[in-house]
Amino acid sequence: MISTPATVADDNVLLRTTGLTRHFRLGGLLSRRMLHAVDDLDMVIHEREIVALVGESGSGKTTVARLLAMIYPPTRGDILYRGRSVHKLHSRKDVLWYRGEVPMVFQDPYSAMNPVFRVAHGVMRNLKLHRRDLDGAQRREEAERVFDIVGLNPAADMLRKFPYEMSGGQRQRVGFAQALAVRPKLILADEPVSMLDVSIRAGILNMMARLRAEEETSILYITHDIASARYVADRIIVMYAGHAVEQGPTEVVLSRPKHPYTRLLLSAVPDPREKAVPVSADSGEPPRVIDPGEGCRFRQRCPYAIDKCATVTPLPRPMGPAHDAACHVAVPDVVDGDEAGTAGEWRRTPAPADQSLFG
Amino acid sequence: MKYVSRRVGLFLITLWAALTVNFIIPRVMPGNEATAVLATFRDVNPAALHALQIEFGVNVHQNILLTYVQYIGNCLTGQFGLTAQRVPVLTEIISKLPWTLGLVGVTTIIAFAIGTLVGVLGAWRRGGKLDGLLPPMLFIVASFPVFFVGLLLLYVFAVTLNWLPLSSNYSIGLEPSLSLSFIGDVLVHAVLPGLSLVVVTAGLWIYSMRNNMITTLAEDYVKMGRAKGLRSWRIMVDYAARNAILPNLTGFAMQLGYVLGGSILVEYTFSYPGLGYLFYTSTTDHDLPLMQALFLVYTLAVLVCVLLADLATAGLDPRTRDA
Repeated sequence: MISTPATVADDNVLLRTTGLTRHFRLGGLLSRRMLHAVDDLDMVIHEREIVALVGESGSGKTTVARLLAMIYPPTRGDILYRGRSVHKLHSRKDVLWYRGEVPMVFQDPYSAMNPVFRVAHGVMRNLKLHRRDLDGAQRREEAERVFDIVGLNPAADMLRKFPYEMSGGQRQRVGFAQALAVRPKLILADEPVSMLDVSIRAGILNMMARLRAEEETSILYITHDIASARYVADRIIVMYAGHAVEQGPTEVVLSRPKHPYTRLLLSAVPDPREKAVPVSADSGEPPRVIDPGEGCRFRQRCPYAIDKCATVTPLPRPMGPAHDAACHVAVPDVVDGDEAGTAGEWRRTPAPADQSLFG
Repeated sequence: MKYVSRRVGLFLITLWAALTVNFIIPRVMPGNEATAVLATFRDVNPAALHALQIEFGVNVHQNILLTYVQYIGNCLTGQFGLTAQRVPVLTEIISKLPWTLGLVGVTTIIAFAIGTLVGVLGAWRRGGKLDGLLPPMLFIVASFPVFFVGLLLLYVFAVTLNWLPLSSNYSIGLEPSLSLSFIGDVLVHAVLPGLSLVVVTAGLWIYSMRNNMITTLAEDYVKMGRAKGLRSWRIMVDYAARNAILPNLTGFAMQLGYVLGGSILVEYTFSYPGLGYLFYTSTTDHDLPLMQALFLVYTLAVLVCVLLADLATAGLDPRTRDA
């Protein structure tokens, strides 16, 4: 379970997953091999919050987005949106309500748009589906408004274009415009900048921050780039091989990472302010996600693995205020029930295991 | 618009090339229309041969360029000369054309529709019952020769069960009219030849359509449609099938030659008096003017279909319009 600090009221919660699990069967009818894309994911997204879901390829990030977008049903577990179980929504009206409030933006702007329609089509179709009260002229107006918000100017000309006439960055903005047109509460952004040039990324990230500020939407920002997560996200969830291994406020997770995998990710980001520290040896073995069995999935790559890691799957444990990590070795900031204060205090906290972990 | 004019231009150039080839081939072959008619006779009277040559308009001594210009002019005005039976070729073709157009045209459209639909549905529910049964079955049948399927159908439905007529386009003794009984009679006669064409050609479209469809279904815009909450038939038709059908349209035009070839065999098997049957008799009669004109008609049919497929592609895919 997630340790929710007292300061964040529960009624602020927009979406919560409990034990969300998705397995894929591999091979033919007789095959019993299962790929564990996502296992027992518990997470919370609050209103007006940007949550970054970070992890390497194959860690299950995209599967989480697709589960939340109801593209696949989960194998187990539940998604609660505003307290309602998403998988108990059956009437078309209810399903449309959820899909309208939680739209998705795809990773590849080149394949996320139907090439035979003008870009206006996607926006208009969304408006027709989710905002039935608007007439034709109002839909047009609204489409121009959202195109303006995402920075596609002049909107009227841009709406008339076909996807192949646009650049990748423009297409990704169209993706966000489509999502915005439905007055979303939560945008599922699946690696929205990974296919774009670095020079365009900042523009998209700033746009996301502005959407949160001005349109009051929450964003689930899925990325493998921890630096961009630091740039926009309020909270970070780190995934590894289908497990959420660490989650907490961005600053806390990045300054005081608890899980060895998070540390590995961070060591891959060059920081000009710190002295170059040799990266702890990484055997670089890809995680085993096909019939993984019990145990920590990071243990083969983990320099701190102990015997217990091979037999018992670590569950998320509180590491500090609103900060969890699923690791047997990691040592919480909380000492004798007292919450750890500043980073300085944490550094002074003596703990033998800490030495072995970060020494 | 630029795309359309370019396609039409290409069509005209190809047509001209076909006309020219059609002009050259008979002239590099030994003999001419008149000698072909008299080929079965020995010791032909030179005067008779000359008379026939004049009747067919064969003038071996004329400048070939002048003959070519005359030939092009004649083709454009529809003057294809006389058949071996001294009937104007054009009259002969026009009298048979509606039958073939009706039979082959309608069956090709039905076969394309069935093939596309089965391909779309098969890919949509990949591995389902329909997908496991229909595509392999139709594909196996598609590899049978069309006359074989025709003979099989004839044996079962006309000879053994005696449900449907054996041959011809309508019952002997019936006067062609627009009455219901005559139209019904024509339809009953068209069932077996039509069925054999549909059965054999439907399989041609299924696999390419199914494969294209599977590829497009994996595209993100299909997932996007689902995440938006579009109804699944709209995702299937507007998002997946519309993109998947584009390569198939071109394939459709390309396969048309095969279908027309098949129609000759079918018309022969069922003694269906259309262009295919006419083609068959013209080859056995060594009827050069008729063959030449029929070659042109078939070439024109394929070219027109390619043009139509190109225009349809332009209508469905905006990217081709400006390219």
